Amino acid sequence: MLELRGITKRFGSVVANDGIDLDVPPGSLHAVLGENGAGKSTLMKILSGFLSPDAGRIRLDGREVPTGSPRAALQAGIGMLHQDPLVCLPFTALDNFVLGRRGRIDRAAARREFGELCARLDFDIDPDVRARALSVGERQQLEIVRLLSLGVKVLILDEPTSGISSEQRTKLFAALRTLAADGLIVLFVSHKLEEVEELCDRVTVIRSGKVVGERTLPCPADELVELMFGEVVVSSERPVVEIGSPALRVGGLAAGGGRQRIADVSMEVRAGEVVGLAGLEGSGQRTLLRVLAGLEPVRSGTVEIAGRRVDGSSYEHFVAAGVHYLPAGRLEEGLVPGLTIAEHLTLAARLPEWVVDWEAARIRAEEAIEHFRIKGGPDTPADALSGGNQQRLLLAMMPKDLRVLLMEHPTRGLDIESADYVWSRLLARRESGTAIVFSSADLDELVGYADRVVVFFSGRVLADLAAAELTADRLGTLIGGKVAS
Amino acid sequence: MEATIASIVAAAAPLVFAAVGETITEKAGVVNLSLDGSIALSAMASFAVAFLTGSVVLGFAVGAILSALVAMLVAFSGIRLRLNQVAVGFVLTLLLAALAQFLGNPFVRQPGPSVRPMSVPLLSEIPFVGRILFAQNISVYASLVLIVVVAWVFRRTRVGLELAAVGERPEAAHARGISVSRYRFGAAAVGGALVGIAGAAFSLDVKLGWSDTQVAGFGWIALAIVIFGGWRPVWVALGCYLFGALQVLALKLQPVFPGVAQILPSLPFPLMIFTLVVVNSDRLQRLGERFPFLGRLLMSDAPAALGTNFEV
Amino acid sequence: MKRALRAVPAVWSVLAALVVSVGLLALAGAPPFEALVLVLDGAVGDGGRMADTLMSWVPLTLASAGLVVTFVAGLWNIGVEGQVIAGAIGATWAARTIPGDGLVVIPAALAVGVVAGAVWALAAGVLKTRGGVNEIFGGLGLGFVAQSVATYLIIGPWKRAGIASTSGTEPFREEVWLPTVGGTRLSPVAVLLAVAVIFLVWALLRGTRFGLRLKAVGANPASARLLGVPTEATVLRAFALGGGLAGLAGAVLATGIQHKLVPAIAGGRGFLAILVVLLAAYRIVWVAPIALFFAILSVGSAQLQLRLDLDSSIGGVLQGILVLFVILIGGWQALYRRGEP
Repeated sequence: MLELRGITKRFGSVVANDGIDLDVPPGSLHAVLGENGAGKSTLMKILSGFLSPDAGRIRLDGREVPTGSPRAALQAGIGMLHQDPLVCLPFTALDNFVLGRRGRIDRAAARREFGELCARLDFDIDPDVRARALSVGERQQLEIVRLLSLGVKVLILDEPTSGISSEQRTKLFAALRTLAADGLIVLFVSHKLEEVEELCDRVTVIRSGKVVGERTLPCPADELVELMFGEVVVSSERPVVEIGSPALRVGGLAAGGGRQRIADVSMEVRAGEVVGLAGLEGSGQRTLLRVLAGLEPVRSGTVEIAGRRVDGSSYEHFVAAGVHYLPAGRLEEGLVPGLTIAEHLTLAARLPEWVVDWEAARIRAEEAIEHFRIKGGPDTPADALSGGNQQRLLLAMMPKDLRVLLMEHPTRGLDIESADYVWSRLLARRESGTAIVFSSADLDELVGYADRVVVFFSGRVLADLAAAELTADRLGTLIGGKVAS
Repeated sequence: MEATIASIVAAAAPLVFAAVGETITEKAGVVNLSLDGSIALSAMASFAVAFLTGSVVLGFAVGAILSALVAMLVAFSGIRLRLNQVAVGFVLTLLLAALAQFLGNPFVRQPGPSVRPMSVPLLSEIPFVGRILFAQNISVYASLVLIVVVAWVFRRTRVGLELAAVGERPEAAHARGISVSRYRFGAAAVGGALVGIAGAAFSLDVKLGWSDTQVAGFGWIALAIVIFGGWRPVWVALGCYLFGALQVLALKLQPVFPGVAQILPSLPFPLMIFTLVVVNSDRLQRLGERFPFLGRLLMSDAPAALGTNFEV
Repeated sequence: MKRALRAVPAVWSVLAALVVSVGLLALAGAPPFEALVLVLDGAVGDGGRMADTLMSWVPLTLASAGLVVTFVAGLWNIGVEGQVIAGAIGATWAARTIPGDGLVVIPAALAVGVVAGAVWALAAGVLKTRGGVNEIFGGLGLGFVAQSVATYLIIGPWKRAGIASTSGTEPFREEVWLPTVGGTRLSPVAVLLAVAVIFLVWALLRGTRFGLRLKAVGANPASARLLGVPTEATVLRAFALGGGLAGLAGAVLATGIQHKLVPAIAGGRGFLAILVVLLAAYRIVWVAPIALFFAILSVGSAQLQLRLDLDSSIGGVLQGILVLFVILIGGWQALYRRGEP
């Protein structure tokens, strides 16, 4: 029996886990379900000893598990399979298998054990092949086998199905069922409804760091969706804007590689239209936005801006064609730490002069600061601004005339006031004919601001819905990869 | 011929200590750039101690301890202070070289004690090999044993595997309950001690005596050879012998082609750059995948987490 | 107050460096304070010594100014020593082969030195941007290659008539020496060059679009790219400029100080420049005074050798300890600011 009591973890002012209780009996296939940022990963990292909780206790079979040490968690019988399996790539499968064991290495015995475990779970891994040559699915199998050989009683899997093939998924699920039948506790962390329903017998839903419900499966999907996302209030008032000619057209687009791969994406966005990209994190929205921004190459297919082909051109061409991209990582990808507001605006203005006129730059900065209500002065470095003010600075850096504005999570991490403000500025843009494409994990944001929502699943477009057809339930199920019948 | 090879093996011994030592340190993900100064300091201190006490063993011990402490300082500034290991190592290089020169001033070109030759009975009688490997002194034997032991540790033992994991993917090691910082400190200490032994071997064996110009540059050569050898102990040692051979060749060419002779000993540096280009070239990587033998020969990546500071 | 706090590591480091050097001097059996006075006297005691100190300051400042450019762009240009050597080789070639009087040859030699240094740095730059070779190792390797090329030239093609020795090439004809004043080794042209370069780099970083781009690429290449900065070109330009200034330092060494090419022409000045820049925290305005301080230490400690029979490397020890302590104490403070024990 695994018991969690009052697990609490804060990062600065954010409460990632807020007094979480969880009980899982042996032999369970137990799902922990929640949207991105709900706090699942934090909880699992605490359970596996990667993070120390601020408060709370963990007990396994009545015994206290020391927190904050992966070694202690392993010794107590809790093992975790990370989303990106933690194997050493230049090592052979067998070396990875024995890595971390105490005592002398007996490769012959380890090889036998490895073979037996693989055979039992119907895995097929050559012990002498280097991990670099294994697929993500095989690396997972390797890790599962390794954790089992250490005698874990609790196996945590963090989003194990992203990035593996469907055959490997079937194999994985079969193996997990076998293990649960033998009395192991399997904790399956996911935000994919469909898989949770397929595999698990019980589910705990987490939202905003709290347990919001527990259900025995099967249970109606909309009930789970509501638990995951809460009640979505669809705002009815939507300013009518004239939709113009196509500003952006994408045909049969394929790009990216590995987990970031997208294929067969076609869509059209008209001037003044707002299109939301929905989907689980890493379903292809980011790749699409970066390709449309000219930052990543197109493998096949076409991209047209205002009727002119731009695929295959340089980033500068995309910029010249009137495309602008606001990345999610404001300080990582959008702003330069150490440079001031005035310096940012000067760079963004892309002036041809060799010598910078700082007098003019300061005036420009002061205007922008007033206009965008940025809390800071011309000489404030970008990294000293709050998240909301960083986003305002990014808005201030947008060129005047834009055909296409691309944004990734435009209001992530912002307080409500800043988020409202950001959207008011963005929506003002469409009146001058700018087409807006944004990705978001926030259903309220998607439903509230988009005229159309394109749902991505595994790098493909699953659905393209007009605002009128949108309901939160429908969107939630689609995001989980289920096409409603 | 045997005499030449034997002299190469002997002359390369200090370099073997330094390069194999640095290989150990870098395998764990710590880059100790202080080698050149560290070697100078240990060479000076070892000689001074041996000179003053008459004990060669004590000289070696002091050299090893000094350089181990230096390497620990580099590791500490990375692991605890989260500083750039390269910056700290670089400053230490210059500082220690100057320090060695200053403190070593009274000992410059003084005759002093040294490691005595010691043939291994019977084994040294073996034709060819005996003369090369077994008619040397204990410092040279130690360098040979070191290569074998370190190669064995990396290939066969748990410690070697865990050390490589710490330098390759510290989070994977951490997840398995392996203490990343303990391994890194340990690898820095052991590697540093070997660097110190290298310094001692210079002043108490190969070069006999202390003068700062005699050891200058060998630390950089050792760093280049670690890369050239692809962080594999046996290859690194072979790199050291290649360098030794180049030095001998340069000496022989000196009267005929004095210019060329001057250039030869710096060949490890272009070789190092070449290795780095190969390792980073996608095209050659693909070639290596197609021909596994060629791949194993050419390709050996740097420890993936080399020079980075791991945070839980 | 804030400024004072920021100065604390510097104060501690100077104190630590003083304590350590006094200890070392005592250990060597020398009267510490007399020795320190001697250092000062040796560096600025009379006109000739001041001239020597200034002439030691010039190449150090030039190389440091070049390093500021690369460091601001986030590049660890450890190959600077090789770029100084390349500049000296270039200048030597020009001085040996270009006919004419000083008015023609000296500017040409300096220019060729700049180009040679820039080319050598660009090699490290291209290795980085195209070959994926970290500039630390690429630069270091190229530095030693430059060193052996210099030695090869001195012993081989440019050897003095009759003798092949590592003592250097034939001295240049006197009209291509940088002109000096007052019977000292002081060359006003060299000093003016250094002052001009400091000002130029300051103006470049402060007032130009290129300077802004350098900072952006150095602090965050991904964002810089998004903001329209051509990152690869900017990196290469930084290398070229930094290497060019290092090459100028080498050219001054050859035409103004050694008047020939010697194997140790750079003599570790490139490496020393890295210490200067680390101590200056990459700020150009600090480079001039710190380089002057370092020059005083270097030149002055030569006096110790003559007067107290102490090794002149005490200057290097002082410089190294100073920089080491600044870095370590800085790291310590950052740790406390993050709120960790």
